[in-house]
Amino acid sequence: MELKSILATDCGSTTTKAILIEKIDGEYRLKYRGEAPTTVEAPFEDVTKGVLNAVMEIEELAGRKLLDGDNIISPQKDDSGVDIYISTSSAGGGLQMMVAGVVKSMTGESAERAALGAGSIVMDVIASNDGRLPHEKIKRIRQLRPDMILLSGGIDGGTVSHVVELAEILSAANPKPRLGQNYKLPVIYAGNKKAQDQIRNTLGELTDLDIVDNIRPVLERENLGPSRDKVHDLFMEHVMAQAPGYKKLMSWTDAPIMPTPGAVGFLIEMIAKEENISVVGVDIGGATTDIFSVFSEKFNRTVSANLGMSYSVCNVLAEAGLDNVLRWVPLDIDRKELTNRIGNKMIRPTTVPQSLEELIIEQAIAREALRLSFKQHKEFAVELKGVQTERTISDAFEQSGSGKSLVNMMDLDLLVGSGGVLSHAPRRSQSARMLVDAFQPEGITQLAVDSIFMMPQLGVLANIDKKELSDEARKAALEVFHKDCLIRLGTCIAPVGKSKPDALVLTAHLVFPDKSSRIVELHDGELIKIDAPYEPIQITLTPAKKMDVGSGMGESIETEIFGGVTGLIFDGRGRPLEVPIEKEKRLSLLEKWSKAVNEYPIK
Amino acid sequence: MAHAYTPGLKVLHQSDVSKNRRLPIKGEVVKNIGDNVTPEMVVAKTDLPGNVQMVKVSNLLNIGPSDIKDAMIVATGDHVEKDQVIAEMAGLFGLFKSEVKSPIDATIESISDVTGQVVLREKPIPVEVDAYMSGVVKDIIPEEGVIVETSAAFIQGIFGIGGESRGKIVIVTDNRDDEITPNHILEEHAGKIIVGGSFISLEAFRKAISLKVVGVVVGGFNYFDLESILGYTLGVAITGSEELGTSLVVTEGYGKIHMSDRTFSLLKEHENHFASINGATQIRAGVIRPEIVIPLSKDQLTQIEDKKVQEVGIGMGSFVRIIRAPYFGKIGKVKSLPSELNKMESETMVRVAEVDVNGEILLVPRSNLEMLETN
Repeated sequence: MELKSILATDCGSTTTKAILIEKIDGEYRLKYRGEAPTTVEAPFEDVTKGVLNAVMEIEELAGRKLLDGDNIISPQKDDSGVDIYISTSSAGGGLQMMVAGVVKSMTGESAERAALGAGSIVMDVIASNDGRLPHEKIKRIRQLRPDMILLSGGIDGGTVSHVVELAEILSAANPKPRLGQNYKLPVIYAGNKKAQDQIRNTLGELTDLDIVDNIRPVLERENLGPSRDKVHDLFMEHVMAQAPGYKKLMSWTDAPIMPTPGAVGFLIEMIAKEENISVVGVDIGGATTDIFSVFSEKFNRTVSANLGMSYSVCNVLAEAGLDNVLRWVPLDIDRKELTNRIGNKMIRPTTVPQSLEELIIEQAIAREALRLSFKQHKEFAVELKGVQTERTISDAFEQSGSGKSLVNMMDLDLLVGSGGVLSHAPRRSQSARMLVDAFQPEGITQLAVDSIFMMPQLGVLANIDKKELSDEARKAALEVFHKDCLIRLGTCIAPVGKSKPDALVLTAHLVFPDKSSRIVELHDGELIKIDAPYEPIQITLTPAKKMDVGSGMGESIETEIFGGVTGLIFDGRGRPLEVPIEKEKRLSLLEKWSKAVNEYPIK
Repeated sequence: MAHAYTPGLKVLHQSDVSKNRRLPIKGEVVKNIGDNVTPEMVVAKTDLPGNVQMVKVSNLLNIGPSDIKDAMIVATGDHVEKDQVIAEMAGLFGLFKSEVKSPIDATIESISDVTGQVVLREKPIPVEVDAYMSGVVKDIIPEEGVIVETSAAFIQGIFGIGGESRGKIVIVTDNRDDEITPNHILEEHAGKIIVGGSFISLEAFRKAISLKVVGVVVGGFNYFDLESILGYTLGVAITGSEELGTSLVVTEGYGKIHMSDRTFSLLKEHENHFASINGATQIRAGVIRPEIVIPLSKDQLTQIEDKKVQEVGIGMGSFVRIIRAPYFGKIGKVKSLPSELNKMESETMVRVAEVDVNGEILLVPRSNLEMLETN
C-alpha cells in the first residue's frame, strides 16, 4: 500500500514529540515536528492530550488539517489527515522489569539481555547463586513493584528443581504490580521446557503466567526472540492499559505501541544488518542513558538507570566524582558552588544553560555520564558465558575465557549520539568532542547525531507487522533515517599505541573529491580538525612504528572516509585518554583542544 | 495570548487540598464519607503478609524431594511454633531418627515435592494509614483508603527530605533574608515546625534534629551537606523515607537563597497555626514536591471565590522566578513572550520571555522560569 503521509509520536516522561513524514517526488522526508508536555500525570492524566497538543503544533506549521476534534483523521483525504499513525512510549517511568535465572552469569544474564532488548529497565536480577538467602530474595521482590517478571532457568531437559525453587520464591513473595491493584502481575516463563507443568502449578493461580520457548535451550545458544516479543505484547496489554489515556491511544495507532528504547534498538539493529557494520548508539536522557551496540552481528542494549543529565545529574556527580567532571572544564570554578549548581539542575530538571559557563559544565557532566554508561555496556555486552570452547595450543597462551566483551573499539564503524545534550548542542563540534572524549573510539570511526531524536518513531515505523503496510513503512523509515534523522558529524581518526610526548604518531594523505590533496601530521597529545563536508575522501594513513590505526602496529591503510558538518578529527591524545591532574597544565591543554575544534565561543 | 508550559510551585492562601490516603495493598477502610478527621486518626488498615523463611527439608533429612510428604508431620496451613518438629525420618531399624525443627513461629504455606522445600510464613504485619491532615473524608476508595479534603493554605517547596509530620508553625528569623543559625533553635521548638529565611547550615539542622523539631522550612540548604545528614550522596531526588525525625522543606533551592516574599509572608500569617508537613520529593515522572498544608478554620476562610488555577502556564503579566544562572533566584513579571527563537550567551537557540525584574528587563529562556501560582 502506498503511504502518502505518516504521523508518529514518542510519548516521553516529560515531552511528547510528533513528526510528520510525507512522500514527495517519490521519496519519504521528514516535513514537520511538534512537541508538547506529556500529560500522563495529574491534572490531565490522559496521555492523548499531550499527543493532540503536539499534533496541533504540526497542524499549525504544516497549515493543514490532521485532527477532527479529538481524533486523528486517517487515511489521508486530499489535504487532510494522515495514512498511518504510530507511537512509542516511555512515559510513566517506562517499562520496569525484574528478571530471574538459575545461574546469574548464564540464564540470569540471558533473561536480562532479553528484557533490556525489549526496552525495559531491569530493576534486579534474582538468581539461585546470587549470594542472597531465600528470605532476602523474597524481601527484595516484595519491595520492588515491577511491571512484569521474566523467569528463566535451565537448559531444555536439564535439572528442574532449581528453576521451580525460583518460582516458589516468587510465589512466596507474591509480588504486586506497580500500576493498579486490580490485576495480577504478568510473569513470563522462558526456562527449561521440562519444568513448565510445575511452574504452572506454582505460579498459575497467583500470577498472570505466560509460557514461551526457553531463552537458553542449550548452553551454546540464546533464543531471546520469543521472550522479547512476549514482553512487547504484555507491555501493551497490561502495563500500558493501566496508564492513563493509553487505551484511547492504543485505539488510534495502526501498529502496537512500542517501548521507546525497544524501538530505537530495533532501528539500530536493522541499520547494522543492512550496511554490515558495527554500530554503537547512545541516547542520553534526563534520567537514564541507553547504549545500543551491534558487534559481530550481536545486538546488545544496556540502560544506566541513574545516569542522566537532569533527574540523575547528581548521580553522575556521585558516581564519577567531582574531579572527573572538573577535568573537562576549562575554567577555574569554586567546587562547593559547582555542586549546588548541579543540585539545582536536578531539582529543576527542565532548565537550559543560558550562560556559556553553564553549557561548559553541562557538557563536562555529559562526558562522564556517557563514559560511565559505556563502561557498564562493555561489561555487559559479552560473549555467552559458560560455553565450552575448543582450545588449540595457540589459544592456551591467551587468558581470555568465555564472557569476553564484544565491544572492540577498533572495529567500530559508526557512533551515533542522541538525546538533548548531544542533539541540541549549539555547535556540532561540541557533540563530536563529547562523543570522542567519552567513547574514545580507536582507528577510523564515523560520528553522527540524531538531529531531533526521531529514532524511536522510525524504529516503530520500521517494525510495523501489518502485511499491507510493512514494506512501505520500512522503506520510509530507512529513507528518513539517512536523509533527515542522522546528521553526519564526520570521522574520527585515532591511532593507538605507545609514543613519546610530542612525537609524530600518524601521517595522513588525503585526496578530496575535487582531486585536491593535503597531508596531515599528527603528534602525540594533539587534536586536529580538518573541515570537510559529507563527501567521500580517499585517505592513506601511515601510523608510527608502535602505533596502530586499524591494520596493526606501523601498518598503513588506504581507504575511503567521509567528512561531515564538523569534518575530520585527528586525535593523537592516546588511549586511554588521560587529562593532566595539575591545574595549570590541565586548563592550558583543555583550552588548546577546545580551540583546535572551535568548540566554544571563548574570547 | 502566548503561553509557556512551565510547572510552578504552589503558594496558595486558600485552596481545596485533597490527599489520597491509600494502603499499599488491599485492606479495610475504617472511616466513612463525611467523617471529620484529625491528622493522627487511622483511616484504613490492613495486614501485610508476614515474612517468609524457606527450609530445605529434603536436604536436611537427606531424602529425595519426592519423599518429603512422607517425612512431614505437619500440613499446609498448620501453625507451628519455633523449634517445633515439622518433619522427621526414621533411620535404620527405627534408630538414629533425624528431624527438622521450625526456625520461627509461623504458618506452613507450602510443601514442595519438586524442590523438597517447605515455605514458612511469619504472622502478618499490621499496617495503618492515618489522615495526615485535618479535614473531611470526601470519598472512599473501596478496600484501599480514603480521600481527605480540607480548605487550607498550601505551600510547595522545591526539595525536601523526611516524611510526614505535623506541628505548630514558629517563625524563627526576623525576615526572609536571614539564615537560621543554631542560636535560633531553642528547646521550646520541640514538636514544632520552624520557618526561617535564606539558609540553614548543617550545624543548625543537626541541632533541630537533636531538639526534636518536627519540621524546618527554609529558602536554601547546601547540596553537599545532604551527604552528612543522609549518610550517602543523594544521586536522584527521590526522598521521603528517611527517618530523621525532622522533615526539611527547601522552598527555593541549593545554596543561600532568600525565601520568596510570598512564601515567607504566608507562613508568617499562619504563625502558631497547626500544619502538616511532608518532605517527600520525587523529581521524576509522577513528580512529588514537598509541602506544608495549613488547614483553615471556618472563620479563617475568606469569601473570595477560589481562583481556579489555570494549567496553561506562563502568560504575559505572570509572576515568575528565574531558576537558573546567571539570574538564579530573581523574581519578576513577564513583560512579553516573543515567538521567535533567541540566541543566548551559550549560543543555545531558545524561546525566551522578557522579564521585568525591578525595572530591569531580562531576556530569559522560558524553560528557566517557574510560575509562582498565587491567590
